[in-house]
Amino acid sequence: MAVTTDWQRAAYIAGQAADARVNVELETEGMTLNLGPQHPATHGTLRIVVRLDGEQVVWAEPVAGYMHRGYEKLAEVRTYPQITTLVNRIDWLGSFCNEVPFILAAEQLMGIEAPPRAQWIRTILFEMGRMANIILFVGDMGVQLGAITPVFYAFRDREHVLNLIEAATGGRFHPNYDRIGGLKEDLPRGWVDEAKTAMQKVRDFCDELDDLLMGNEIFQKRTRGIGVIPPAIGLEYGLSGANIRASGVDFDIRRDEDSPLAWKHCDWKVWTHPDGDSFARYWVRLQETREAANIVDQLLDGLPSGSIQAKVPRIIKVPAGEAWCHTENPLGEMGYYVVSKGGLGPFRVKIRTPSFNNVSIVPWVLRGVYVPDVITILASLYFILGDIDR
Amino acid sequence: MSSAAETGDDLRESLVDTLRQNLADGVVGSEIAGGDAWVRVRATAWRQAAEVCRNELGMDYFCFLAGLDWLENKDLSGEKVWDPDGGAASAEIGAEVDGTTADGFATGVAGGGSRFQVLARLYSTTAKLGITLKADLDAAEPRIDSWVGVYRGADWHEREAWEMYGFQFDGHPGLRHMYLPGEFEGHPMRKDFPLLAREVKPWPGLVDVEAMPGEHEAAAEDATPQEAEA
Repeated sequence: MAVTTDWQRAAYIAGQAADARVNVELETEGMTLNLGPQHPATHGTLRIVVRLDGEQVVWAEPVAGYMHRGYEKLAEVRTYPQITTLVNRIDWLGSFCNEVPFILAAEQLMGIEAPPRAQWIRTILFEMGRMANIILFVGDMGVQLGAITPVFYAFRDREHVLNLIEAATGGRFHPNYDRIGGLKEDLPRGWVDEAKTAMQKVRDFCDELDDLLMGNEIFQKRTRGIGVIPPAIGLEYGLSGANIRASGVDFDIRRDEDSPLAWKHCDWKVWTHPDGDSFARYWVRLQETREAANIVDQLLDGLPSGSIQAKVPRIIKVPAGEAWCHTENPLGEMGYYVVSKGGLGPFRVKIRTPSFNNVSIVPWVLRGVYVPDVITILASLYFILGDIDR
Repeated sequence: MSSAAETGDDLRESLVDTLRQNLADGVVGSEIAGGDAWVRVRATAWRQAAEVCRNELGMDYFCFLAGLDWLENKDLSGEKVWDPDGGAASAEIGAEVDGTTADGFATGVAGGGSRFQVLARLYSTTAKLGITLKADLDAAEPRIDSWVGVYRGADWHEREAWEMYGFQFDGHPGLRHMYLPGEFEGHPMRKDFPLLAREVKPWPGLVDVEAMPGEHEAAAEDATPQEAEA
């Protein structure tokens, strides 16, 4: 038990009470409600305990850990090339995006860089992972709010992207395709043309969803002004990705950080929305899916030829040192803090996942909202359980 | 490109200088390399360092907070598995890292003088610069001030470090289990916490091809040729 002085505890409680948008005087008989661990709104097994006063949430507490697999510990007893298999399973909807920052960290420590063609293909597949991930969100958000159709369209159109990922890597969900210094193999013949067709289908999907949902009055009523997160609070909690861009913060690691990947060679835009509510989070993600299709189109046009693998030793030993590598994943900032002591495997890998921080704001944002809005807010924050629990 | 990197390093220098001015002797080590900055502070200055970063340096984005255990444990760190004879290689591993202490701990970038360290990363979304802060913790009784009052996002990260490493965070509103069941004993991420799966069976991932059923007896007799080759 933490030793906390009484005044600190009192100050904390007072702060919580001041924040609470709950009318204490009208308090009726309370009720504790368990959402999950099995709940459609949680995309897996997250349990959320909410204390209700009538229809209003007094406090909410997410309980994670139902899917904790201990990847940080397991990574310490594996060699570098073996770790991509583990980290594939963190955010399982955009798996390829999990491999990239880890491989970049290892490359940074070894002082090597993959050839341009490999970087281009990495970026293309990274953006495809983003599409596969966010397309599902775009449909799923509808189903949480009672619109059944979008989710069927999402599952249908996600296949276009997953088929491409499978054709290139051999795996629909767990590609395990990125290698230190390059890639497992080159793209199959005809892939580039197929990809162009699929990108058009992704854009069509976005337009369709725009028509179906965004203008819908019920959808607007249920999302506008619900779960507003001010930018300063969001940043303090470490919110990243579309969640913080929907609060008007212009923060995108793809653009802000100097990365060997190919985003710097494309012309694209970081989308933000000033409102910070559930609608804004949905809107930003929809725009990002379109933007990802545009990025892929440009990269396909400029795809350089040449080798896909830099020269690396047969047995990979990573020199001693510490490296922090992060990328803008579909869910937000994902990064690996890799500590190497010069061996075949890392000494310590800290995996910074976006959903962990994105969900830590749930107690703050749920305080005082009504029960149906809990679902809206959870859906719009968009997290993946493997990404919280690692 | 190179000029941009240089100006970035200049900005990082000034970040580190500001920390030094505000914390006086609280800063015990720093390093700027490879487009990144590390600052090691005294455990007593940990919370103040966060306040300086937030208020003076404009680090508005809390990235992560984590624990580190520098204990050298060959049984666990994989060398046992990769190096069946106990590893002549592992003797030199520590020597490559700066800041080896008397206890034989090699403690990474910006140095260190203890088995346990806590590290945290902050980022400024306006200056587009990040910094990694570290602090040494007492090996016998690791405890440090909580950051929850400065960055609310530290709450869950400190709970994780508390359960995985056994660090005490003074002033944290409630250190409860994050992932593990409530009655769990021990701190799994410590280097002396056994990974039972590895105790029971050596990691088969070293060899490219795993033996077929019934093959292991024969393979064990001829002294694992693949491992000798590696």
